[in-house]
Amino acid sequence: MIVPLAHVLILAAILFGLGLVCTLVWRSNVIMLLIGIEIMLNAAMLVFVGGSNHWGMADGQVFALIIMAMTSAEVSLALALVVYLHRRKNTVDVDEFRELQD
Amino acid sequence: MYGGYCPDMETYLFYILATVTVIGTILAITEKHPVHAIVYLVTSFFSLASIFFLLSAPLIAMFEVIIYAGAVMVLFMFVIMMLDLGRADEAKRPPLRQWFLPVILGGIILVSIGVLAAGYVTTPHAPGAITVRDFAVTLFRKYGVAVEIISMQLLFAVVGALYLGRRRP
Repeated sequence: MIVPLAHVLILAAILFGLGLVCTLVWRSNVIMLLIGIEIMLNAAMLVFVGGSNHWGMADGQVFALIIMAMTSAEVSLALALVVYLHRRKNTVDVDEFRELQD
Repeated sequence: MYGGYCPDMETYLFYILATVTVIGTILAITEKHPVHAIVYLVTSFFSLASIFFLLSAPLIAMFEVIIYAGAVMVLFMFVIMMLDLGRADEAKRPPLRQWFLPVILGGIILVSIGVLAAGYVTTPHAPGAITVRDFAVTLFRKYGVAVEIISMQLLFAVVGALYLGRRRP
């Protein structure tokens, strides 16, 4: 282990906090909101890889790979939704999408 | 571990790359222009991939570059350009009062995790680096069902994206 596990965890916490702030702040743009989710998922992946390195087991890396596959599925669906919403209201502002019906 | 670097070198490299990652992410989330934000984020993901490499996960590092910095970010860029959201004159940052509470919330989480991590007694770590062979054996022998489920999930995502993206009359 090149660095203590605590430092990896602190880096992951910083990244997660930044992703959370990005998600909460950018209500005016759905794309930036999705980017915040990406940053948070990356922080989770960093924790998995750091733990896998610390305990010398490959399970954490497997879950990092599965998170990656899940993220690509999530992003493809979310961006299809963004395109659909933009087609309906011609905006990407989250506050515009309030009603449940047309 | 890799090549002939002395251990100190890797440790310094970790902190440098961590700084690059954090600064890249901060610039990405405060950038008002979505295209620039994506470019900053690619920088951040590249250095995160190098961190994965340092943490003896070369395969995950490669996938991070290929899937995250490559495919996912290009998909974002594609949608931004398709919807024409990249106009510089229309881009605006959220007002400062909207930053106040989220930063406090993020700061609370950060400080609490920092306190927990500082008091964390590190157990002596198991020797032996993880090879790609170990990774592949674990992936397909122990978690074979997970691979099947994740592949089905990707298929469903493709179907869902096709359904959402079709032209309605």
